[in-house]
Amino acid sequence: MIVADRKPLEQISSMIEGNNKILIVGCGECVSVCMVGGEKEVEILASQLRMAAGKEGKKIEIGEATLERQCDKEYLELLKDRIENYDVVVSMACGAGVQFLAEMYDHKIVLPATNTRFIGVTEGEGVWTERCRACSDCVLAETGGICPVTICAKGLLNGPCGGTNDGKCEVSKEKDCAWTLIYNRLNKLGRLDSIREIFPAKKYNVQTRPGRRIHEAFKEKE
Amino acid sequence: MAKSFKEALESGKFVVTAEVGPPKGTDIEEMLHHIDLLKDKVDGLNVTDNQSSVMRLSSISVSHIIKEKGGEPILQMTCRDRNRLALESDLISANILGVDNVLCLTGDYITVGDHVEAMPVFDLDSVLLLKTVRLLESGKDSGGNELKGAARFCAGAIVTPEANPIEPQLLKFEKKIKAGAEFFQTQAIYDLDNFKKFMKYARQFNVKILAGIVLLVSSGMAKYMNANVPGIFVPKDLIDEMAGAEKGKALEKGIEIAGRMIKTLKDENICDGVHIMAIGKEGKVPDILAAAGLA
Repeated sequence: MIVADRKPLEQISSMIEGNNKILIVGCGECVSVCMVGGEKEVEILASQLRMAAGKEGKKIEIGEATLERQCDKEYLELLKDRIENYDVVVSMACGAGVQFLAEMYDHKIVLPATNTRFIGVTEGEGVWTERCRACSDCVLAETGGICPVTICAKGLLNGPCGGTNDGKCEVSKEKDCAWTLIYNRLNKLGRLDSIREIFPAKKYNVQTRPGRRIHEAFKEKE
Repeated sequence: MAKSFKEALESGKFVVTAEVGPPKGTDIEEMLHHIDLLKDKVDGLNVTDNQSSVMRLSSISVSHIIKEKGGEPILQMTCRDRNRLALESDLISANILGVDNVLCLTGDYITVGDHVEAMPVFDLDSVLLLKTVRLLESGKDSGGNELKGAARFCAGAIVTPEANPIEPQLLKFEKKIKAGAEFFQTQAIYDLDNFKKFMKYARQFNVKILAGIVLLVSSGMAKYMNANVPGIFVPKDLIDEMAGAEKGKALEKGIEIAGRMIKTLKDENICDGVHIMAIGKEGKVPDILAAAGLA
């Protein structure tokens, strides 16, 4: 899933400064799971903004909506009528959702309430960790199911740097050294041979920016 | 030095290299003094590349200065700040300036240095940088294009004999050899018994190994390195020896220890040479060499 953080209240407040009618739009997918932009968090942000406005004696109207997801047009369309009642839309989705919403309603000011962090997993209650950098050229078959592009701070493909110590990363003793993990996993699997050969440099030209993918069955239509 | 670094490596003599740290800024007086002091006493002078991710004068410009002064520069190149296009361009640029020794490193992470907000590049790693050096020598770049004039390098890398765990490091060491490393300068070593074990393993490969010697200046420094520097382990007896030095004589004691280690490495034919890192005390390298009986 995509993991995000909420922006600080002060930052959101300053973004909406001068606008009185604000619609906060949550997303029911990833950001809901990582407890940053779902229905509940929309409610919290709305109350915080109302309280902040109240303290300053400002009159402010805040609407709340949470869509199934913001990365699909069919759900975004549901805002069609309601959105016209507001000056500004604050999206609590990931960066993709914010942009898709802004694209569909390009006559409205759409602002982000989150900082999108990474593609990750739920490691424990309230703890999410990154697992994929979306590099478009997966190496997990060779590296024992542990991604060096993501887990190694330097994204090294050919083994650990000299900065690792006791299985930890030079960047922080809190972080595991990806290559120690990879070595141990492959050793356990009896597959160390898969990292003995020199791994070629990454081909960055397969990471087209922005990315675009068309399903075979739909290519003709395009 | 009459001989090139490569010739020195191949001559079978006990090779000595030291290090020059480019300054942060355009005042190079002190650095020039160190270069003059060391260039004729060692077989090669490493020039660090924005060491510890701290922005300084480039290793290429300083390597060029050493060459102009008649010394043998060993250009350190890290993968932290440049993508493959820039690395290749800098490699051939170094070559036309007469710089033909290169030490290929991954480089410290950006956030350990003084430009913490900068983008960490790491397009290549040390293994792939070594391969790139060899590719440029074949007359091609990594885009598959022909060069108008091939490069020529004596290329090396580093290894950390005291790393824990050591196995993943050795796997990478072997990849560096496959990629074309001719010589290795090691991270600092202090425990000669451990180092002998490493050398027993390393001797099966046709590469030259220069043991890393970092000058101890106090027992506190030794303890600090043990606690904070990956891959460095100073044994207790050396820490005690430093602590037992007369007041104000710790540096002399450090020089004595470094000299003694170098002498043992040479006399017992443990490795092919040493790489002396007298961080911040470059002026003391001649004293270390004298203490080792190499002056």
